[in-house]
Amino acid sequence: MKIIVVLKMVPDVVEELEVAADGKTLDSEFLRLIANELDAQALEEALLLKEKYTGTVTVVSLDAPEVDDALFTALAKGADQAFKIADGSGALSTRAGTYRLAQVLSTIQGLLPADLILTGAQANDDLDGLTAPLISHLLRLPQLGIVTKVSVDTAAGVATVLREFPGGVRGEYEIKLPAVLGIQAAEKPPRYVPVAKVLAAMKSQAIQSVPAPPVADNGGSLQIEEMAKPEVTEHAQMLRGSPEEIADQLCEILAARGLV
Amino acid sequence: MPDPAAFNYFGVPGYSLLWLLTLISFLVFGRQVTRHVRVLAHARAENRWDQFGKRIGLVVTNVLGQRRLFDEPLIGTAHFVIFWAFIFYASTFFWSLFRGLVPAMAIPYPDEVAWITTSVQVIGVLAIVALCVAAVRRYIFTPVSLERSWDAAIILVLIALVLLSSLAGAGFRGLAATGGGSSRSVGGFLGGLFAYLGVSPAHAPTLYLAAWWIHMITVLGFLAYLPYSKHLHLLASPFSVFFASLQPSKMPPASEGASRLEEFTWRELFSGLACAECGRCDRACPSFDCGDPLSPKQLIHHVKELVLTPDSVSSNGKTFLGDVVRPEDIWACTTCASCMDRCPVFNEHIPLVMEMRRKLVSEGQVPPGLPEVLNNLARYGNSFGQSERKRAVWTQGLGFKPRDARKETVQWLWYLGEYACYHPGLQGITRSLARTLYAAKVDYGIVYESERNSGNDVRRVGEEGLFELLRQKNTATLQQAHFDGLFTTDPHVYNTFKNEYPELNHGRHPIRHYTELLATLFDHGELKASHKLPYRVTYHDPCYLGRYNGVYDAPRRVLQAIGVELAEMPRSRRQSFCCGGGGGRIWMEEAGQVHSRPSESRVREAASLDGVRYLVVTCPKDYVMFTDALKTTGLEGKLLVKDIAELVEEAVAA
Amino acid sequence: MAGNVWVIAEQWRGQLSEITYEVLALGKELATALGCDLQAVLLGHNVKPLAASLGKADSVLCLDHSALATPVAETFAQALMPIIRARSPQAILMPLTNVSLGVASLLAEELGIGCVNFCRDVRAVDGSLQTRSVLYGGKMEAIVKPAQRPAILGILPGVRPPDEGRTETVPPVEDVTVDVQESSSIRWKRYIEPEIGDVDISKQEVLVSVGRGLQSPDNVAVAAELAEALGGAVCGSRPVIDQGWLPLSRQVGKSGVVVKPKLYLAAGISGAPEHVEGMKNSELIIAINTDEQAPIFHVAQYGIAADVMDLLPALTEAVRSRKEVKSHA
Repeated sequence: MKIIVVLKMVPDVVEELEVAADGKTLDSEFLRLIANELDAQALEEALLLKEKYTGTVTVVSLDAPEVDDALFTALAKGADQAFKIADGSGALSTRAGTYRLAQVLSTIQGLLPADLILTGAQANDDLDGLTAPLISHLLRLPQLGIVTKVSVDTAAGVATVLREFPGGVRGEYEIKLPAVLGIQAAEKPPRYVPVAKVLAAMKSQAIQSVPAPPVADNGGSLQIEEMAKPEVTEHAQMLRGSPEEIADQLCEILAARGLV
Repeated sequence: MPDPAAFNYFGVPGYSLLWLLTLISFLVFGRQVTRHVRVLAHARAENRWDQFGKRIGLVVTNVLGQRRLFDEPLIGTAHFVIFWAFIFYASTFFWSLFRGLVPAMAIPYPDEVAWITTSVQVIGVLAIVALCVAAVRRYIFTPVSLERSWDAAIILVLIALVLLSSLAGAGFRGLAATGGGSSRSVGGFLGGLFAYLGVSPAHAPTLYLAAWWIHMITVLGFLAYLPYSKHLHLLASPFSVFFASLQPSKMPPASEGASRLEEFTWRELFSGLACAECGRCDRACPSFDCGDPLSPKQLIHHVKELVLTPDSVSSNGKTFLGDVVRPEDIWACTTCASCMDRCPVFNEHIPLVMEMRRKLVSEGQVPPGLPEVLNNLARYGNSFGQSERKRAVWTQGLGFKPRDARKETVQWLWYLGEYACYHPGLQGITRSLARTLYAAKVDYGIVYESERNSGNDVRRVGEEGLFELLRQKNTATLQQAHFDGLFTTDPHVYNTFKNEYPELNHGRHPIRHYTELLATLFDHGELKASHKLPYRVTYHDPCYLGRYNGVYDAPRRVLQAIGVELAEMPRSRRQSFCCGGGGGRIWMEEAGQVHSRPSESRVREAASLDGVRYLVVTCPKDYVMFTDALKTTGLEGKLLVKDIAELVEEAVAA
Repeated sequence: MAGNVWVIAEQWRGQLSEITYEVLALGKELATALGCDLQAVLLGHNVKPLAASLGKADSVLCLDHSALATPVAETFAQALMPIIRARSPQAILMPLTNVSLGVASLLAEELGIGCVNFCRDVRAVDGSLQTRSVLYGGKMEAIVKPAQRPAILGILPGVRPPDEGRTETVPPVEDVTVDVQESSSIRWKRYIEPEIGDVDISKQEVLVSVGRGLQSPDNVAVAAELAEALGGAVCGSRPVIDQGWLPLSRQVGKSGVVVKPKLYLAAGISGAPEHVEGMKNSELIIAINTDEQAPIFHVAQYGIAADVMDLLPALTEAVRSRKEVKSHA
């Protein structure tokens, strides 16, 4: 089974985010990037599928700060190959990035056709589109999103997936391979890989760098007028005091509404 | 009396029988010992030959002096007697054997030498009394984790037989000599007893021979049986003490972990052979005490079985780590080191746990909760998953800005540790200490955002690679900072900086715990209590400050200086009972069916002291664990947890 | 003349989602500002009766086809393509929920343009549209001017109060022929219902909701006691359900249940957008969290910066004694 995982680096929201001087982009001074959380789930799902059905897992990403860490970690976890596509312009456009990626995928020898292309169901910067539907459109493959379970009938070339609906309801679909899946959660939490293994991967394996394709149809760019921190509209009225005092205050509030 | 070796038994001279029996015994003994040595030779190397003098000293104190056994005074005394009786009897036995094997030698048997016979008899009686004490303890008042095994019973019987046969021999000698016995010696007394029982003096020589042979055969049999039984510890323990770990941090040498026999070091495996299965480690273990799956004694026992029968595990298609030793047992250890501290033969439980944790980590098999914490530590340098840039947020509200040791030279660098910086419940205490030192004009500074987790607990969960990363970063930060001495509020930081950061120039930069600094300040009058605090308190010795690094007095000097009345808990100083948060356990979920947590047991102990209002702590994890435990035990009204810094601030406030 | 504003009505399993009304309210505002009509587009199978509730729109386009019986994003996009090309709306507002995630992206690609996602507000400024879109988990907002026609906008739940999108008026309905086939690559099989819990949290008047701030599954019992004292039930955020502290039927949020109780007490919940989506229309929200900066405090009316385990027992005690006083009075 050939599985490709598309990984995207997104701003790490643990850090404070600031707007740059141009008023439209993020200030990069203290900005840190981290692999999109749901892409990490997609990677884990890919590795689980590899363990179950044997095959290869290839991780592909656009070049960005700290992407090497993410890709070497993926290799240490058990991915077979990693590619980074150079000269990601870094502009906030999932569309532009995915276009570039889709173009490159077909040029890498032996990569396509793959049986499954997995990526996270969404990312925190998907302003102009989601990666999974975009790839499926560009590569003319079927796709399903918000997937939480995947099983494959390799002989029949079909995967059975579960997809999340509201209220805890899930839907079961059959999808013909090759296909694109937007993963919401892997069947197990992402595995831990010790630092020593990642360092070993850095020494013994290489991330293959692919040059940027010539700018063809890059999907058009998004016009951001302004980026700003959200206006802090309301804030709760904070109650203070000892637990007993607060409990009394709360009871007053609840009583006023007939709840106690 | 006839010479047992020269006597002819149905035409066979005694000494040839003796030679035969001796050879058989030695061969059987030697075979098993050689097997053990061969197994150990296949294990990983580890150098335990350094500091020869110190090691000899350990043997003198702990083998000859039996020091650790006196932690339990009654059995300690009994065992001391049994031990020395054994030494004495072993010496006389070899003397007898030597003389018996070479009858032509012109030396007497030991029981022909007056002062020896007297000593043998006196010691023999004392030993029998001690054995009775031991037997009663083992079989009637059985302590926790002491098994009434057949092995132990056999050994008790054999020892008794050795002593009795020796005493009987002396009795028959006395009977033969005086006819009616005398009261001047035990032998004489027994001779009289035999006479009273109707034993004829004419039979005494034959009975004497019988007693002699029973004695020799029993001992030769005991010798042969020794390496197959739990009493292998008799042979192995002087060596296990000699080869004890001399470094305080109790970490095994660098490795990628161990799960198979040849991956452990020979000393780690040796613990299995030296173990007498006394159960002191279990009785000391906080995890065992509260129902967690961990039993230190069982762990050593598994290692013993691995050494004794290396193939038994793999031939059943099982794995040592996984089937025999379960991962949840390994993860339940808090690394408090009570087990190692109590073990009379200096066995090394923690290195075994560490080796196996390293192996589990290398395979990515870590308990839930830990992957996120480790990823946070790798990425943000703290387990809370908060930005590095927020490390100094605690300084807000201080009213002054602590000096930056990265930019200016300070006398003391205060390395806070992540809990003091990030934990909302502890930031107030950090500010308290900051204000106290500032008011006392102590020249200190911090390194703000350049602090990272020191790695002590990262090491203890087996992530050596991450520890290396953190250590490199921290060493670089400290080498670039400008300071004389370093103090820290966290005993875990203290332990690892002091013992596991070789590149810190310890001569140039002394490392202190903040209680040591406070004690010095009080001693020199730089800090003065403006009024004595009228409280009755108790103090919990943190594992990494006390047992690991021997700092017990400094915090007590501080408490004395501020005038509080200190009531010690039953388990204090070396016997301090771990809060349960060490070894990375504060990051993990609870394992197994716990009926109470170690922290709850400890706060109950504190609350049981009359009139004690505060449980004083000097470690941030203790503060967090005990505060939670007060809630879950419902003891919140009765007892409060206080960091010593809070009390100091109160005492010196004008 | 610029085209109409379209709202894609989201229906699922024969019912119109709450968010449909929210987006209708927004659509009406925009249509009025832009001086055009608002049309609702209803896709599904045997869904025509639902069109009657879409009266906020000037008219409804009903696309009824057996292939649209179950949500497959490709099929929905294909169904919409021809009518978009034929009727040239200037803006298409799509709800962003678990039901229709992905449709906006696919549709935009089919049309060869981009979409604008995560809109928490859309306004018409000088005859053109401007969105406020949420980024980076809510830490930033981008103001975007869609440059292409039609503007395909993904609208987040909560953009307007749903009641503003409801009306008694019954709109005219146009049946539109749908030229679409069931996907040859994707075959629908079945729904898997969550295990029916003993409690339907969407019907509770009082909910005590727990998050990771609770620290241990043992503490859920403390929350349950408070819930009981208040006559309600316990529920939780996704991480708590993922860890197994509560069953799936108790999950509140984007992938769980959307609740609107009289009282929602959020204990140890940080207030991530996916959770807030599921509870923000509660009548009274009280939040307890040790982190004063937690986003939940922007959603709650009352907040307490304290340890959940300190406060809950005290509150349970206070509630119980009050109720006792009342029952004796």
